[in-house]
Amino acid sequence: MKKIMENVYLILVFIFLFLPITVLILFSFNTSSLNIVFEGFTLHWYQDLLQNRTLLESLVNTLIVAGISTIVSTAIGTISAYGLHKYSFKGKNLVNELLYIPVVIPEIVLGIALLSVYTLLKLELGMFTLILAHICFCIPFVIISVRSVLEGMDSHIEEVASDLGASRFQIFTKITIPMLMPGILSGAQLALTLSLDDVVISYFTAGPGANTLPLQVYSMIKTGITPDVNALITIMLGIVFILLTISTVVQLRRLKKEDVR
Amino acid sequence: MKKVVLKIDHLKKSFGNKVVIKDLDLEVYEGEFLTLLGSSGCGKTTILRAIAGLDPVTEGQIYIDGKDVTKLEPKHREVNTIFQNYALFPLMTVEDNIGFGLKMKKVPKQEIKKRVHEMLELVHLLGYEKRKPKELSGGEQQRVSIARGLINNPKVLLLDEPLSALDQKLRKNMQLELKQLQKKLGITFIYVTHSQDEALTMSDRIVLLKDGKIEQVDTPVKIYEHPNSLYTAQFLGDSNLFQGIVTEVGKEYTWVKVEDTMIKIISQEWQIGDKLDIILRPENIKISLNEETENVFQGKIIDQIYDGASTDLIIKVDKKTINAMYLGNDKLYNKGQMIYITWDIEDAIVLKREPYE
Repeated sequence: MKKIMENVYLILVFIFLFLPITVLILFSFNTSSLNIVFEGFTLHWYQDLLQNRTLLESLVNTLIVAGISTIVSTAIGTISAYGLHKYSFKGKNLVNELLYIPVVIPEIVLGIALLSVYTLLKLELGMFTLILAHICFCIPFVIISVRSVLEGMDSHIEEVASDLGASRFQIFTKITIPMLMPGILSGAQLALTLSLDDVVISYFTAGPGANTLPLQVYSMIKTGITPDVNALITIMLGIVFILLTISTVVQLRRLKKEDVR
Repeated sequence: MKKVVLKIDHLKKSFGNKVVIKDLDLEVYEGEFLTLLGSSGCGKTTILRAIAGLDPVTEGQIYIDGKDVTKLEPKHREVNTIFQNYALFPLMTVEDNIGFGLKMKKVPKQEIKKRVHEMLELVHLLGYEKRKPKELSGGEQQRVSIARGLINNPKVLLLDEPLSALDQKLRKNMQLELKQLQKKLGITFIYVTHSQDEALTMSDRIVLLKDGKIEQVDTPVKIYEHPNSLYTAQFLGDSNLFQGIVTEVGKEYTWVKVEDTMIKIISQEWQIGDKLDIILRPENIKISLNEETENVFQGKIIDQIYDGASTDLIIKVDKKTINAMYLGNDKLYNKGQMIYITWDIEDAIVLKREPYE
């Protein structure tokens, strides 16, 4: 009896988690153009999607913004985390605490703040300001993620490397970076996801020419969301699912290999 | 005349206001096994790190092979360091770990491979080339880290408590092995430890440190049998302390009054009225059921402690507790039994009492 209850509970949790996504996928194959009732199966919306210039353009924009801001914020964040960990200076604790502010303040505040700065600097809103904004809010996440790995790292390892004749640059690239990789990757992953689905900050900092997918979908609420959006999101979900599967399989294999030894 | 490979000249090191090393001089000879011994916080690791160049010194000079290296970076010093926690590069194989130093020196790949092989043979780890550090036991990891340090042929190998993370049995084996390795290679080892056993078994010379200063530098035999201070006597080995005053000075023997008993010691430059510390090692105390003629205290057996191959005795003499021991584990005495303790006159370690104590 207890076992059955446990299973029921588990199933309910999964339904709660995945029902919205399932509905969305289902409606991408719906013959009706309203996201209300399921009438019949069609691939029509996937064809429509290929013709929807605005939607595809906003997707490309999103990928460009997310790609650049992930790479730049990961690089800056990793180096900052290393510096903050390794060197002591006056006000280090303050800097460490301040790092959490962009993480905890409401996005809307950061959005308005960035907009004011841009106006002050007379920067024209567009892709550049959008990417800059995304880099800005991604950096703290990367720093926090990399720092947690750094804290667990044995400080003697770098000393041994220098003792054995490695230069600072060699130590950083050959020893430190590979050891920090888990933190760097999870930081980058975080940055990527945050940037991909950001609406609020993008809303304030994107100019007319820099429409991202989330902004596009958001603006469609007024006119009604067409099912080709469902189709697009289904495709994106599919890609994410495949990537996740690959990464899980790789990890499982590695674990198994270690177990054997 | 032995060749000096490392010279420390008036070394001073402070962290902020805290002075850790106060004006330390030391010469280390080529091919010797030197141990820096001391309790935690005595500055032994600080000295090691100064030699390696991992921390800058506050004052003083360090010379390796006659060359002033005080301001040089670690990679320009012909020394290598072994750490207590091994500090292997976790993502590299055993082979890459050991070959790292040579790779940094841009030695050809074939040569590195050959040397790594030699090193693995030396530390008995052939066949472990492709393993990762976490697939090795603690002892194996330490062997890899030793091989990694030795492959560069350093003038001096610095070892910072390399065995303290290992279990007792393994530690004993590794002690022997390290000592043999050192003799075979003829490389100078400077070994930091807080364990007096390790220091006594392995070293050619021991440097006993106390509060950032050298208390005594000597061979294990001398430092154990002829300590020049009460601190040294009590730090190395167990000791029983009697305090007394010189009452009579003869040509051969001197008489000291300890409590109410007269004790005979070998004459040195003692004078009547000198306050002396007389130290007896537990293994030098003899138990007798009959009263001897001289150098004897009556005592009562408080406890016998079984210690495997030997037995420890706790004896009460007046208000003092005395530790004695004998080899073997037969129960020779009973609790509460009255006995006499005595010792050979030359076994007593006699020191003039330090005035501030």
